Amino acid sequence: MIVIKDAINSSERLSVEEVGRLQEETEVNPVIWIQGAACTGCAISLMNSPYPRLKNLLLDELVPGKSIGLKFMATLMGGTGKMALEVLERTKSARGYILVVDGAVPIGQDGKFCTVGDEPFSDQVARLGEDASAVVNIGTCSSYGGIPSGNPNLTDCISVSEHLKQMGILTPAINVPGCPPEPSWFVDTLAHVIISGIPQEDEVDDAGRLKEVYGELIHNHCPRRGDFSTGNFARTIGEEGCLVEVGCKGPYTNSPCPNRGWLEGLNWPIRNNHPCIGCTEPGFPDLMSPFYKKFGMEEAEEMYRRLK
Amino acid sequence: MRQVSIDPITRIEGHLKIDLDIEKGAITAARSSGTLFRGLEEMLSGRDPRDAQRITQRVCGVCPAAHAIASVLALDDAFGIREKIPRNGWLTRNLILGGNFIHSDVLHFYHLSALDYMNPGDLAGLESRDPDLRDLETYLKTSDGAPFVPEYAGDYRLGTGVTEDLAGDYLEALEIRKKAHQLVAIFGGKMPHNMGTVAGGTTKKPDLDSMTKFRSRLEEIKEFVDHRYLPGAIELARAYDDYFEIGEGVPGFIEYGGFYTEDYAETHGDTKKGLEGGVLINKSNPSVEEVNLEEITEEVTHSWYTEDGRGHPGKARSLPDANKEGAYSWVKAPRYRGQPFEVGPAARMMINYKKGNELVERELGMAMEEAGVGLGRLPSVMGRHLARAVECKCIVRMMEGWIERLEPKAPACVGYEIPERGRGVGLTSAPRGMLGHWIEIEDKRIKNYQLVVPTTWNASPRDGSGVPGPIEQALIGTSIDDPDNPLEAARIVRSFDPCMACAVH
Repeated sequence: MIVIKDAINSSERLSVEEVGRLQEETEVNPVIWIQGAACTGCAISLMNSPYPRLKNLLLDELVPGKSIGLKFMATLMGGTGKMALEVLERTKSARGYILVVDGAVPIGQDGKFCTVGDEPFSDQVARLGEDASAVVNIGTCSSYGGIPSGNPNLTDCISVSEHLKQMGILTPAINVPGCPPEPSWFVDTLAHVIISGIPQEDEVDDAGRLKEVYGELIHNHCPRRGDFSTGNFARTIGEEGCLVEVGCKGPYTNSPCPNRGWLEGLNWPIRNNHPCIGCTEPGFPDLMSPFYKKFGMEEAEEMYRRLK
Repeated sequence: MRQVSIDPITRIEGHLKIDLDIEKGAITAARSSGTLFRGLEEMLSGRDPRDAQRITQRVCGVCPAAHAIASVLALDDAFGIREKIPRNGWLTRNLILGGNFIHSDVLHFYHLSALDYMNPGDLAGLESRDPDLRDLETYLKTSDGAPFVPEYAGDYRLGTGVTEDLAGDYLEALEIRKKAHQLVAIFGGKMPHNMGTVAGGTTKKPDLDSMTKFRSRLEEIKEFVDHRYLPGAIELARAYDDYFEIGEGVPGFIEYGGFYTEDYAETHGDTKKGLEGGVLINKSNPSVEEVNLEEITEEVTHSWYTEDGRGHPGKARSLPDANKEGAYSWVKAPRYRGQPFEVGPAARMMINYKKGNELVERELGMAMEEAGVGLGRLPSVMGRHLARAVECKCIVRMMEGWIERLEPKAPACVGYEIPERGRGVGLTSAPRGMLGHWIEIEDKRIKNYQLVVPTTWNASPRDGSGVPGPIEQALIGTSIDDPDNPLEAARIVRSFDPCMACAVH
């Protein structure tokens, strides 16, 4: 769209045919965004993207020569009911789309815990996952099961990758965990997928996340690392200092929170004097709960075991 | 008779299916079904009570701060520290909740609802001077228009001029609702799912830096709400004034009230609220009754839950029964004195107007005059949009006052002991209506945690007496021009701003 915009802003007006020809120079990557056992927090978080703004994501190129074409996303799309589902099926038939999944997959009771258009979400995600060129799991629920998979997990929620594996579907996938993820974590991953497909093995970590985004522990970049080193620990919530004694999971959590911050770098949990609850990790929330209890060696070992 | 199923209802939060029976061009029966169950209440059982203040936010990514507030109020109550919350604590809680309201209201009017009234086709031929709008127009001209089109055919009557204004505001509103989330993040760390609200107050002492960052953003938001959102809602309402007569539901309206306005310590926790609560049994009643919590029950006759799901939220459970005969929704059916009640901005504005809340009287009075309607027309499609915009303006006004009352560097929370056993209730206004959390603690752990959420009221299915819920009743009787394009029904459902992850949880 950048090409078209430049042309249109110039004094010379283009014919519809010329605009169409120019648009062909932009490769449109169709995107289907579906929602299972979710809270819509991931979609709302994406709307907070500072740059590219949501408007840029919807209308402009994301990377030079390539844009996304958001065909189906229940939260924003014009169509309703059958009309919306027809868009979904048309996009599926045309193939070559990226499937973004928000939410875990409840497989209990033959999928009755979550349906869309009378189809169990577990069937929908398998059907669409099979024909997709890539699957991007946004949020901890679709990445690892997340909140709805917490004990006692009445609906038997599992991650999208686990579900696709059980169904024998081998479409390449990547995880963008976080409850929700900060928008740039998703945008960076999506840009990566659009440029060169699902990242290679050496570009992702053991938990299926892009290393470029999730490659560092919060603790290693925490502005309160000095408090940790000098033994200045908060003993109750509300006290300043290193928060590990009141439950901070920063030493065990991979996320760019300290470097990128939230809402245009305005704040982030530890800067807000609240311990990290480890929302980007497999095992959230059960392994991190009680959130305000100091994480012991046992829990840490369990976490590393799950990562392997 | 023709049966029409609308599934999914898009441009809302979550999974909602609406089934309609249409006879001779009008809806004769409606069924509202929540189609996602996660089981968050049962998941809270056995956990540290304080985990609720983080986990319950994950009920909903659109209005998490409302759950944050309800849960910390329930914890304050159970821990016996309700009247000890420092001024900075309840003020920053108000500001966090207020930011969530603004984001949610702006999102609902523009990004969830506006496409029901504007035809993107009206934009394709324009050559706007606004760069963002020009981009949109070019995009619509040179692409398949996804995700904005296709949409239902119907009476799009705004014309190019108003449509262009509304589309421009749609794009601008994307930035405004982001700023509203920034307000939440300033005292809440991040958003969605803030990391600031805790039992006892909030985690971060306000300082001049955070207050300045907050105030300047609030000022920009206020400009938009006063000069674009509310006037835009009035303009839409005038163009679609017949929709003041469409979509009226149940006769009764209820609200707990929210936003604290005096120090807890001075009033022993029973403070006057910025938005007041009450029960309006019928919209023509001159007086508003006080809410009696004991009169609230949940019904599960047509909901996929075991019989343990029935009764007062302080005692009921939420155990699924996916194959239950006669059930058609994961939403329970909350009732007050056995009757369904509408909740939300229309209910809240009527109740506050009748109770003489000065701010609401003034702002709602002016807006109703401009729109040319009276109070009795608020329970309708356009009335709900108008009430929401007026409420948003009132909240911005109150927030301007709260930010001034913060004491830089003074504490924002107090300490507490988790009791061996106890009960607590947390009640607040949430963007979509009144929200209640009930907690029971045993052995310092959560024994039972129940939520009765705004859309649980509005999207409820029939109860044991066969009485339909508010959205169902609002649909019944409505004329549908074209059953293949049931735009009128979609407009009614969306005017309630349903939040299904909330309603079921």
